[in-house]
Amino acid sequence: MNQHKRKKLKPVNVIDNRLLTSGVHYISIEKNCEFKAGQVIAIALNPNDEPRLYSIASGTNKKYISILFDIKPGGELTPPLSKVKSGDTVFISEPFGKFLCADKPATWIATGTGIAPFLSIIESGQNKNIKLLHGARTLDKFFFQEYLYEQLGDYYLRFCTTESNERTIDGRLTDYLKNSKKLPTNNKYYLCGSSQMVIDVREILISKGIPFDNIIAEIYF
Amino acid sequence: MSKEALYGKTLSELKACVKELGLPAFTSKQIADWLYKKHVTTIDDMTNLSKKARLMLNEQFEVGLVPPQSFQESVDGTKKYLFQTNNHQFIEAAYLPEDNRNTLCISSQVGCKMGCLFCMTARQGFQKNLTTNEILNQIASLPERETLSNVVYMGMGEPMDNIDNVLKSLEIITSEWGYAWSPRRINVSTIGVIPAMRRFIEESEAHLAISLHSPFNEERKQLMPIENVYTAEKMIEALKDYDFGRQRRISFEYIMFKGVNDSAQHVKGLLQLLDGIKCRVNLIHFHPIPNSPLEGSDYKTMEYFRDKLSQKGITTTIRKSRGEDIYAACGLLSTKKLIQEDTDKDF
Repeated sequence: MNQHKRKKLKPVNVIDNRLLTSGVHYISIEKNCEFKAGQVIAIALNPNDEPRLYSIASGTNKKYISILFDIKPGGELTPPLSKVKSGDTVFISEPFGKFLCADKPATWIATGTGIAPFLSIIESGQNKNIKLLHGARTLDKFFFQEYLYEQLGDYYLRFCTTESNERTIDGRLTDYLKNSKKLPTNNKYYLCGSSQMVIDVREILISKGIPFDNIIAEIYF
Repeated sequence: MSKEALYGKTLSELKACVKELGLPAFTSKQIADWLYKKHVTTIDDMTNLSKKARLMLNEQFEVGLVPPQSFQESVDGTKKYLFQTNNHQFIEAAYLPEDNRNTLCISSQVGCKMGCLFCMTARQGFQKNLTTNEILNQIASLPERETLSNVVYMGMGEPMDNIDNVLKSLEIITSEWGYAWSPRRINVSTIGVIPAMRRFIEESEAHLAISLHSPFNEERKQLMPIENVYTAEKMIEALKDYDFGRQRRISFEYIMFKGVNDSAQHVKGLLQLLDGIKCRVNLIHFHPIPNSPLEGSDYKTMEYFRDKLSQKGITTTIRKSRGEDIYAACGLLSTKKLIQEDTDKDF
C-alpha cells in the first residue's frame, strides 16, 4: 500500500498582513530558507491541508518572504489566509520553480497579482534592460506602483481597462501589443497571470513575429 | 429551482442523503444500483423503492443525466459528442471505436488553465471544473455506452486540476456498487501537477498517462508553462516514490514537433530522464491548430524516434490519429465558439 508522500510543510510565523486594496493582501512571513527570485512557495494554514502555490513577491535580500494574493470568494485558503495576524503560524514548503528571468533584454507582462514574481526580481536587483507592462481593471490594482515607477521609470507601463489617470494608459495591454508596429523579436518575453491573459498575449506576440521560444509564461492555477 | 443530481454521488454521499430524508439505510445501495448498473433516467424508474421514498427523493433530487446536444462523425468512425453542463457551458467527448476496443475520451473541465502552446482547449481559457455528475454523464448518456471497453480522461481540461471530482468519478466507475469496472480499463492523463498526481496514484488504481513533450527544462517551459513550477525532473522523482505493480501502467505522451523535440538529442534526453521508470512512450502526431508556430514531425522522423527508443528497451508506439477531420483528435477539442466573451477583463 502506498503511503501518502506529499511534501512536508514547515511552520513559520506571520510578520505582517497588509491590505493593499479591497480583497488583495500582501503577507510577509519569516524567511526560513534562501530562494531565487521568480520561485514559488506552497502555503497552507494547517500542516495537513492541501497547500496552494504563490509566487514569492519579495526580494532575495529581504529578511522575510512575502506573497501577494486576492481573496477568492468561497475559496478554502484565501478567505482565512486574509485574516492572519502578526505572530500567527502558517505552513510553507521550500521555495521551488524555475520562472527565472535570464539576464537579457526582456519584456515582462503581468496582470493583477501576476506582478508578484516581477516584484521579487526587481527587489532582488535583477531589473536591467527590462520593460514591464502591467494590466489591471482598476487603478487600485497597480500594486506597489510608486516603487515600480521609481525603479523602472518610463519602462513601467500601466494599462487600465475601466478607469484612467495621467499615469496610466487607457485600455488593454493586448491592444497596445496588437498596435505596436515593431516588437523586439530577440527579447525574451516573460508573462505571468491568468491563463487567458497568457494565451491571448502569447498569440499576439507570435503573430508579431516573436519566436515562441522567446516567450516564457507562468500561469496561476 | 433546479434539483440536485443523484448521478455522480458516491455510496457514502447517497447514504448521507437517505439518512437525511429518514429513509432506510439500504435504500442508498438500491439507488446506487439503479443509477450505476441500470442507468435509469428518472427516480420513478427506481421501482423497488417505496412510493414514499420515490416521492421524497423527487422533491429534492433528480437523476441528472443529460443527453448529448449533438454529435459529429469522422470518416474513420470517430464520433465527437457535445454536452451542455449545468451552467450552460459546453464540453466535448470523443468516442473512438476500433476492432477490439471502444474507447471514450472524456473531459474533466470546461476549458483549461494550463496554457500549453500546442493545445486547442487551452485557447479557450478556463471556465469551470466539471462536477462528478458532469464527468460521468459523458459516459452514462453516451448512445454507445454499452459497447465501451475503455475510458480515458484525455479530453478537455487537466484532470489533476479537478482532482476531487475526478477521484470521485473513478470511485464510482470502479466500485462494486458502481460500474464495477476494472481500473485497468481507465487511463487518466496529466501534464504533471505533482501534488494532485500523488493523490491520484495513492487513491486510485487507474493507469496514468503523462504529457511530456520534451525532456529538457528550458524547452518544455516554452511548450508547457507548468514546467516553471513542476518540472519533468521533479515529476519523475515523485513517480519513483511509488510501486506501480505489474498491472498498473505509466505512459508518457510525446507530441512530435518538427525541428523542436524530434532530434537524436531528444532521444538521449528521454532515455536519461526515464531511466529507472517502467513505462511506455506514445508518440503522437501533432494536429496543427490555427496560428500555431509549431509543425508536426514527418512520419519517417517519428518512426526513427520510435525505433531508437525501442532499441533501448522502452516500449514505444506511434499513436494512430483519429477524428482529425471533425477536430476530435488529440489536442483539438474546444468549445470556444460557444463561450460568451468576458468584457470585464484586466488585460
